[in-house]
Amino acid sequence: MRILVAKPGLDGHDRGAKIVARALRDAGFEVIYTGLQQTPEMIVESALQEDVALVGLSILSGAHMTIFPEVLRLLKARGASHIKVFGGGIIPPDDVKKLKKMGVIEIFLPGTSTEAIVEFVKTRLKS
Amino acid sequence: MKERGKKKWEEECLKPQLSRSPERQKRFSTISDLEIPALVCPDDLTGWDYESKLCYPGMYPFTRGVYPSMYRGRLWTMRQFSGFGTPKDTNKRYHYLLSQGQTGLSVAFHLPTLYGRDSDHPLSKGEVGVCGVAVDTLKDMETIFHGIPLDKVTTSMTINGPASVLLCMYLAVAEKQGVSKKQVGGTIQNDILKEYIAQKSWIFPPEPSMRLIVDSFEYCANEVPRWNPISISGYHIREAGATAVQELAFTLRDGMEYVQAGIDRGLLVDKFAPRLSFFFNAHNDFFEEVAKYRAARRIWAKVMKERFGAKNPESMRLRFHTQTAGCSLTAQQPYVNVARVTIQALAAVMGGTQSLHTNSLDETYALPTEQAATIALRTQQVIAEESGVANTIDPLGGSYFVEWLTDRMEAEAWKYIETIDKMGGMIEAIKLGFPQREIADAAYRYQKQVDRQEKIIVGVNKYCVEEKSAIPLLRIAPRVEREQVQNLRRVRKERDNRAVQKCLARIESAASGKDNLVPYILDAVKAYASVGEICDTLRQVFGEYKEVAGF
Repeated sequence: MRILVAKPGLDGHDRGAKIVARALRDAGFEVIYTGLQQTPEMIVESALQEDVALVGLSILSGAHMTIFPEVLRLLKARGASHIKVFGGGIIPPDDVKKLKKMGVIEIFLPGTSTEAIVEFVKTRLKS
Repeated sequence: MKERGKKKWEEECLKPQLSRSPERQKRFSTISDLEIPALVCPDDLTGWDYESKLCYPGMYPFTRGVYPSMYRGRLWTMRQFSGFGTPKDTNKRYHYLLSQGQTGLSVAFHLPTLYGRDSDHPLSKGEVGVCGVAVDTLKDMETIFHGIPLDKVTTSMTINGPASVLLCMYLAVAEKQGVSKKQVGGTIQNDILKEYIAQKSWIFPPEPSMRLIVDSFEYCANEVPRWNPISISGYHIREAGATAVQELAFTLRDGMEYVQAGIDRGLLVDKFAPRLSFFFNAHNDFFEEVAKYRAARRIWAKVMKERFGAKNPESMRLRFHTQTAGCSLTAQQPYVNVARVTIQALAAVMGGTQSLHTNSLDETYALPTEQAATIALRTQQVIAEESGVANTIDPLGGSYFVEWLTDRMEAEAWKYIETIDKMGGMIEAIKLGFPQREIADAAYRYQKQVDRQEKIIVGVNKYCVEEKSAIPLLRIAPRVEREQVQNLRRVRKERDNRAVQKCLARIESAASGKDNLVPYILDAVKAYASVGEICDTLRQVFGEYKEVAGF
């Protein structure tokens, strides 16, 4: 099972994305990490090319309400709604609710253990 | 005799106790995982000499502080990093903070400005005014500093790739206020090496970036004598997950790279080195942080004197700003963050910082509300005015443990510095991915320790509760992006566009040659050329930095 970990937006806070990527790799998943400053188009393109099951987005810039919906929209437009999106970063609770309503399957806030994320991904990919 | 003293204590006093009830952990270590002994005694400091290790405040090697009277003369500058929304929003917050007793300004720019892009660039979508204040042209800087006397307040600007552009805008605003270049005081961060290493807001590749930085050293040394043209920063290195020793070592090694670049340009070290400034993180491990600042001063003094042959004591003084650790704050039980910030700020003060930013309790969610920012400022004021710690100089100096830890951190930092020297310097080390990898490894190691509960974060992996009530948060309205883009377009329409094109063409030809670029950039900003236009012009000549992604 392949997972894309992507870092959209202009911010360079890649500590969390890299830790999650490592933890998923150590748990036996094949992880592709995009690196910084990815546009939603670039992320969706990578997701399709790499044929991933999940996309994890890390956003700490505050632009989450622009970026998450755009990634979801593009996945749908490319006929890839089966690829699910989860994420994490500096995201206020109200926005978490809104993003989940839009179809983001989970948002992990600061303080989440890597075990919780690995567990979530495992369960998700089983179902 | 003495050694027998500690041995005797261990054998006769400690061991029987431990056999009855063992220590609560198998191993004690700092938050950076540096192992800590149970007790430090005089005999653990063999050969330790007061005059050479510490000496007196304001005297080489400055371990006890860079100024003779320290906080008894003047308190540290309370400089809260702040900026959001439109320039107007930020101007209002600055007036508020100054009215509440803040003593210096520190500008947080939004991400597009940090990357040298205008607010109407496609990559700026969703980012305008969100992470900081939007600045496109001089007009925005005029608004930000409206009604703030730039001959009275000093300003720090967190800006790296486009640092010279923002410095020039500031100088132009000052000029409009009738404040000369000789009078203005402040700092630009201008530290590109730590961007490649940790914060990742770069524009140009290393070589032209270093040229721009040395241009600003030269320009400020000649024209803006009270300006710090660089703030060599460990803060972001630490936030990216580095240990305290890595923060210390990489920052100082970055500093050496800049000094060498200045010397290579032909600048006299004692002409530009006195204005170099530093910026460190203040994390939770109190003694480790205090030791870090003290070790930093001692290492830098030695480096400047011995490695670079500085003669002026001012070149050897490591002056620094501190910010409490954003990465230590928790989204869970956010009010507890006030306690963390207090401990961190206290470490910075006990470590002799020259200025301080205390984080707000709500920063794991958004930029701070006015109320949260006020509590953060008040925390510093309580330390300054109520705690009594500012009444004597370096009160922890001479503590066996603090001196042991200071020595230990210095020794560990030298090991890294020597490794990087062997690689051919910091730029080479960055190209090899060395500091980046060391930091990512440390970040992962720490996360694993937290996951295993070997390191405790209150409210995160211990003392957790179900939380329902949310804290109030600052929201950046969508109007900000619209307003900012409209304002930018208005400026583009109203300015003399022929003059702008001429200025940009002159920047382009100067960039291809060897002239100092700062005067050309100053002309362009005065003509209301935008950050994006100036940086695009430089991009054409210099190219852009690209990082190889890895984890």
